[in-house]
Amino acid sequence: MRNLWIFINRYNAFFLFVIFFTAGIILTVKNNAYQRSVTFNSTNQVVGHAYENLNIFKKYMNLGQVNDSLALENAKLNTALTALKNIDSAKNTVVKDTANHVQYTYLAARVIKNSVTLRNNVITINKGSADGIESGMPVISAGKGVVGHVRDVSAHLATIESLLNKDAKISVSIKSTKEMGSLVWGDRNSDYRKAFIKDISNHFRVKLRDTIVTSGFGSFPPGILVGSISNRGISTGDNFLTIEINLFNDFSTLQYVYVIKDKLAQEQKALESTLPNEQ
Amino acid sequence: MNSRIIITNILRWFILLAIQILLLRNLSFYNLATPFTYILFLLLLPFSTPNLILYIIAFGTGLTLDAFYDTLGVHTAACVMLVFVRILFISVTVSRDNFDEPEPSLGNMGFRWFALYALLCTFAHHLVLFLLEAFKLSELSYTLLRCTLSAIFTLFTLLLVELIFYSRKLR
Repeated sequence: MRNLWIFINRYNAFFLFVIFFTAGIILTVKNNAYQRSVTFNSTNQVVGHAYENLNIFKKYMNLGQVNDSLALENAKLNTALTALKNIDSAKNTVVKDTANHVQYTYLAARVIKNSVTLRNNVITINKGSADGIESGMPVISAGKGVVGHVRDVSAHLATIESLLNKDAKISVSIKSTKEMGSLVWGDRNSDYRKAFIKDISNHFRVKLRDTIVTSGFGSFPPGILVGSISNRGISTGDNFLTIEINLFNDFSTLQYVYVIKDKLAQEQKALESTLPNEQ
Repeated sequence: MNSRIIITNILRWFILLAIQILLLRNLSFYNLATPFTYILFLLLLPFSTPNLILYIIAFGTGLTLDAFYDTLGVHTAACVMLVFVRILFISVTVSRDNFDEPEPSLGNMGFRWFALYALLCTFAHHLVLFLLEAFKLSELSYTLLRCTLSAIFTLFTLLLVELIFYSRKLR
């Protein structure tokens, strides 16, 4: 017993290393699993507060750009509004109850922390469960398209797993041909302006600079902008194309995002969970 | 260990982590090389620190970084690996009975010793960091490329900081 103690004491550097390193690995693996602990990330009170203060300064630097994008969006909304106002309602014989058809509602939030340089990038926003944000909600940016999904939520803050993440997989389609594929980021690419579309069959003719939008399968509403094709078809040796696209969103200057609340999400999930799993 | 060394190290911890989180987190070359200069704090801890304390400090530092990077566990494991390499390297190259210098800085130990020490520690740290961050082997070669380029970048910044602040004691 005494010899064992002497042995352990002599090589304590190694044994301590094993203990602490294992603890680190366990934390990593747990963080990769679906249920993560919420304490040690930027939804944390202290960390979130620090980033919020830092962001006050950053916000002023980009004020001009934000103004421009808001004006642009205003113009678009005004156009849509006048188009709606000019519909001659007297001609409509059937009265539609439109209140029930608002499936998606948008919640604006400010980005308080962002990164584009890592393998798995996470954005933190200044809205949380108190504002009705839940884990898994889709997030887009003003006029430019997909940003990601809500990951962890605390009372007044939430983290978004951005598109620039190894776990991100979004169902998209080519706008003109309606051919569907899935959007991924990574795979020998860490440029935040580029992403790849996989699972599009080899026999499809893909045109350069075609627009990519969300398909509507999955949590995003259909038709939200994603990017444009910059390289059609990188040969991977199987029956599917890998298409390179330029993202419309500039993730490095993200200031405001919209979290989308899907009224039917709960209903859809409940309905689909009753189906037998066939995978 | 006197109180002056402790205060110096606490100050160094705050300054290096603040620089890492506020400034270097947003910095990268072509999205391939990212510097992690905060490891200088772990490199410069005094010789006389017991192993257990070293590991606890590394664990805590890693956890703090992880909270800000939203990568729970990745920096923690990398920092623990760095401390392991540090203990091995120091036990091999410096004899235990004459710790006449308080800490392994560039000014105390000379350029060649420090450069080799920083090189080994940086590579160990970055290897764990990037492999755990990618968390799959299918893009191994690309991850290793990012790791190597980042390690070179980090090493450059480490030596730069050391040369600026410790040159007056250079032998």
